Amino acid sequence: MTGLTIMVYVLAVILIIAALFAIKQKDLILAVVGSSAISVILSIFYYVLQAPDVALTEAAIGVALSTIIFVIAIKKTERYEK
Amino acid sequence: MRKATAIIILVFVGYYLFSAFSGIPFGEKRNNLGQYYLNNTISQTGAVNAVTSIVVSYRGFDTLGEVTVLFIASLGLGAILYDKRGKKRRLQHASLIVRFGAHILYPLIVLLGAYVFVHGHLTPGGGFQGGAIIATGVLLMFMSYRSFEASHKALTYVESIAGMVFAAVGFGGLIWGNSFLQNFLPLGVPNAVVSAGIIPIIYIAVGFKVGAELTGLLDNMLKTIK
Repeated sequence: MTGLTIMVYVLAVILIIAALFAIKQKDLILAVVGSSAISVILSIFYYVLQAPDVALTEAAIGVALSTIIFVIAIKKTERYEK
Repeated sequence: MRKATAIIILVFVGYYLFSAFSGIPFGEKRNNLGQYYLNNTISQTGAVNAVTSIVVSYRGFDTLGEVTVLFIASLGLGAILYDKRGKKRRLQHASLIVRFGAHILYPLIVLLGAYVFVHGHLTPGGGFQGGAIIATGVLLMFMSYRSFEASHKALTYVESIAGMVFAAVGFGGLIWGNSFLQNFLPLGVPNAVVSAGIIPIIYIAVGFKVGAELTGLLDNMLKTIK
């Protein structure tokens, strides 16, 4: 196993953990942080899979823009899930 | 009872979907289109980045549709959220560290975005990515400085002029060539910044358009926070 393969497996595990965290978390701000962590890892995956164009899009839109839109929506509604 | 029904339906749907899709080999070449693009992209479009040549040249009409979709989405959001009274953002001032960092990073982020869309035909990235990166930089300034304002009039002008440039280049292909969005400029030397005919023009227009649209969208949304 090369270093890259090990890194990809470790990141895949972190990806699943972050996704579960984003689903289960009752504090929605933390859930949004989890979903942006998913975007970071996915953009690394796209880069490893030789799709740097998609990786750039995922990094710019998934991490920054969609996160801030979710945060605005949470700020205008409720922070904690009942 | 409802749970049992749901599980049974899921099992049925899953079984048939699996049996339908398991026959398709994953990641194998099923047609020669991809290889055709890789072989012919430099000689036919002059763009070194094969993804760009497909997005802007071979499938340029789809990109025009995508730009239109984004335009309509931001138009709808602006129509719902726009406030005539010219509201201010009511965020708190950010801390000194954030403001200082934003001050240094903002021009660099905008420069990176401009680089990404100007070099769309040479390096990974393009109009959409570059525009989104520029909007990210403006967002950083929005969040750090309460007084930082984006003029909506200027944004509207940039957006409409960029959209018209895209359509005008398309009609130029109709006038000097055979079809809409056909490459009518000389292809130039591959790997040069000024090469690939109309591709850089279209990507610069798309970059400005997407950047202006996303900036206006973020500004409208941030102003709604009480």
